[in-house]
Amino acid sequence: MSNAGFVIAGYGVILGGLGLYVAYLLRRLGLARDASKRLGGDVDEAP
Amino acid sequence: MKTRVLGFVALTAVIGASINGLFVVPADLNQGDAQRIMYVHVASAWIAYASFGVTALAGLGYLVWRDLRLDALALAGAEVGVIFTAFAIWGGMMWGRPVWGVYWQWEDPRLTTTALLLALYVGYLLLRRLTDDPARRAARAAVVGLIAAVDIPIVHFSVIWWRGLHQTPTFGDPSKILNPSAPLQFVLALLAMLGAFTLVWVYLLIRRYQLGRLAWRLEEAARRGRIAAARGAALGAAGVEEPAR
Repeated sequence: MSNAGFVIAGYGVILGGLGLYVAYLLRRLGLARDASKRLGGDVDEAP
Repeated sequence: MKTRVLGFVALTAVIGASINGLFVVPADLNQGDAQRIMYVHVASAWIAYASFGVTALAGLGYLVWRDLRLDALALAGAEVGVIFTAFAIWGGMMWGRPVWGVYWQWEDPRLTTTALLLALYVGYLLLRRLTDDPARRAARAAVVGLIAAVDIPIVHFSVIWWRGLHQTPTFGDPSKILNPSAPLQFVLALLAMLGAFTLVWVYLLIRRYQLGRLAWRLEEAARRGRIAAARGAALGAAGVEEPAR
């Protein structure tokens, strides 16, 4: 693998992983908010 | 709403800092393009330190004030810190292969103590799954978070205390802050990436904290439901009608 290959792999995994984690976190947050709404709880952003 | 704006600003900053690091700043004379990996590698490592520092301080705060909001913050720091430690290790491996000739070397103190740091905080996250009692879970996690934090200065100063493959700090060493051993353009690119990652870090901490608080409320609701069901079953078995409220 050339240097450029390592750079692409480095940035790709880190930035791609960051994007995936944000998506996963927002998905979990959305599901938790829905469940909280069904229970009639406070669904506003936590203090 | 404000958190959403922060997320958008963080995304824009990361895109800008990445374009700068990949295409604007020149390649290093000796390391070539591989040096560009340093911007995300070093920024990830610093953010990981800060995350675990938040976990330790919030854990200490929990032990003092017994406030579960601090436990939610400690959990946020640990989860985000594990992600960034993994990124730092990956970035280091992608840089190490073309520059050192190896992806990894267990004899290197920085690499080994960083791997230990990752293992400690993965253990912290697993430990939290051992009990459903929020207070007991928070107290145990706070103690483990404080013990694990001892590894943070060991990781940082390992390159000064012991000899290994990993180079000494470029400007993380107090004596090099005003006189970094890298060209100014490289240092500014690193600081830009660090700033962008810091914005992402704050955004992730807020979102993970919100998730922790909501998860706690759902746990509480489920616990109350189980208690009510058990109470109804016990009264039914005893042939007693549940009193109207």
